[in-house]
Amino acid sequence: MSATQVIFLVTAGVTLGAAVMTVSARKMMHAALWLVLALTGIAVLFVLLQSSFFAVAQVLIYIGAIAILIIFSVMLTRRIVQEQYPSVNRFWWVAILLALMVFIGLAVTLSSWRGLYPDRQAVNEHPEDIAALGLALVDPAGFVIPFEVASLLLLAALVGAIFIAIERKGGRR
Amino acid sequence: MIPLSWYLMFAALLFCVGLYGVLARRNAIGILMGVELMLNAVNINLLAFWSYLYAMRLNGLVFVAIVFVAAAAEAAVGLALIISAYRRRNTVIVEELSLLKG
Repeated sequence: MSATQVIFLVTAGVTLGAAVMTVSARKMMHAALWLVLALTGIAVLFVLLQSSFFAVAQVLIYIGAIAILIIFSVMLTRRIVQEQYPSVNRFWWVAILLALMVFIGLAVTLSSWRGLYPDRQAVNEHPEDIAALGLALVDPAGFVIPFEVASLLLLAALVGAIFIAIERKGGRR
Repeated sequence: MIPLSWYLMFAALLFCVGLYGVLARRNAIGILMGVELMLNAVNINLLAFWSYLYAMRLNGLVFVAIVFVAAAAEAAVGLALIISAYRRRNTVIVEELSLLKG
């Protein structure tokens, strides 16, 4: 077993454990901190996949921005009494059953897929080409339309988020 | 080296953990955390396929970038909605937000 395999297995185990704690922790603040650990593990996996750019983007966007947003919302919507109630609804066993069924379905599909096994055992040794990605994102023959649509989506989402969350003077609007 | 199937299996497990969180959590912010886990599982799949099968092309990277943008937009709007609902109804438990229930 090579060193990268050991790194992968350790990272995957830590990430999955953190993910399970994220969905099962009673206190939402603890769940948010477990989510940060899971996102960090995923950034490590991005490095293993030769994609250092998206590892950095993961740290900046998810851990730097989204996790902070989630922690802020947990603190803004805190109620002491709510942490005495169960953290899952009464159909949690149906949720477990459904998640297990989806996993079994995915695993069966994967194991019966022919394209998986022959000579696809090694990650490509070339790291990603950031300059080519940047050029392709603004190239009219490349991906400029998806890029602009994504920018518009982000702008609209941020304007909408501010509009929804803003507190107006004089109570209800 | 790490086989591609390890990444796919790990992403499937992570997706199912996130799915359980979405279905079972009572707190709306907990549901949003489950959605984030599912989006990350999809990102791992996209980057794994790019890295193992299509490393000479850029399509996979563009996909991942778009998923990042969509995740950021989803988190911002979702949390704004939760805070707005909390301000009006003083709760983030989804079972208590039953105004539209017949």
